[in-house]
Amino acid sequence: MADRIKRFETVALPHLDAAYNLARWLTRDPHDAEDVVQEAYLRALRFFDGLREGDARPWLLTIVRHVCYDWIRKNRPQEVVGDIEEEELRERADTESSYGQNPETQLLRAADRAMVNRAIEALPVAFREVLILREMEELSYDQIAAVAGVPIGTVMSRLSRARAMIRKAVEGHEKRAQERTQP
Amino acid sequence: MNEADDLQRLGLKDAANYYRAPPALARRLHRSLRTGAAAVEPRRTLIAPRWWGFALSFACGVLLTWGVSFTQRPAGEPQIAREVVASHVRALMEAHLTDVASTDQHTVKPWFAGKLDFSPPVVTNTAAGFTLVGGRLDYVAQRPVAALVYRVRGHLINVFVWPAATEQEPMQSVTQQGYELVHFARVHMNYWLVSDLNRSELSGFAEALANAVAQGS
Repeated sequence: MADRIKRFETVALPHLDAAYNLARWLTRDPHDAEDVVQEAYLRALRFFDGLREGDARPWLLTIVRHVCYDWIRKNRPQEVVGDIEEEELRERADTESSYGQNPETQLLRAADRAMVNRAIEALPVAFREVLILREMEELSYDQIAAVAGVPIGTVMSRLSRARAMIRKAVEGHEKRAQERTQP
Repeated sequence: MNEADDLQRLGLKDAANYYRAPPALARRLHRSLRTGAAAVEPRRTLIAPRWWGFALSFACGVLLTWGVSFTQRPAGEPQIAREVVASHVRALMEAHLTDVASTDQHTVKPWFAGKLDFSPPVVTNTAAGFTLVGGRLDYVAQRPVAALVYRVRGHLINVFVWPAATEQEPMQSVTQQGYELVHFARVHMNYWLVSDLNRSELSGFAEALANAVAQGS
């Protein structure tokens, strides 16, 4: 038993930052993120025997995401409205028209960090999670599809839409900042 | 396919916060993985002063109830049956079925920790088609009890659980105000089931539940 826990820790603890980062972005609260991660690790230990050889990170993040959604459903049920389909229709329209083909460099390095953080936090959770998994955890589309339990096409369209929303928020912010300096 | 995506990257790993786990979290995990402790640790913030009065009066109430329950004889079965039905109906009428809504036993069971002086067995592997919906606190037979809610094809089943004086009690069916009830005791826990299901289906579910808790699963 103690051996099993040690083996589990060897496999799962290296991904603690990834687990916490995802939980922190999805719950948007440092204490709740800790509770979620703890619950996720306890669950992961229980299902550990089901994990075969392979990358433990997507497996662990799947469990973390699951616990996050349980937490959101309980504490902020208004955040997981079931209108994703409608959201996706709008999303397709948006990405095909205005954004998405921006040839300029997409990096936001120069942007105000607090402002970018706020823009990410404001995203609907289904968009926020693919963005975090792709941009911060650098999972592949396949892995994100498995973690979020949606088809790859949905991952791609959500990702594209999420980036468009962040870009729009940053551009709007910079434009307002310019207007303030040039009255 | 993933490479093409690089052109679209925002570089958020640098442009936004990447939250690393606080060092204390690793220590906390190390401990809880060995004790299997429930996930929710008390917040490190102090309870606001205005809640102390409330907490104190609540504690007094609990103590008083507890004291009274010693002096009273255990409620008789017809009385419990009436209370169980009343609780079931009230839960449906007030749409206050669950305090913790989850199909996961590992979410429902820890939720009761700290709210009750016993830990109710929460099982999901009962009978085909029956799913756990959640749990709530209730008050039956002059004591706080765990109410577990299951659903099958739109029918709800309330399962009231609290410690029993005896190790086991055989299964008995009762009909009360048009509702079907089944009660039994296993592993020193009383179980009262109530539902608008027909008697044979509810008994079947009760059998499966009794087996599952007896096996400690």
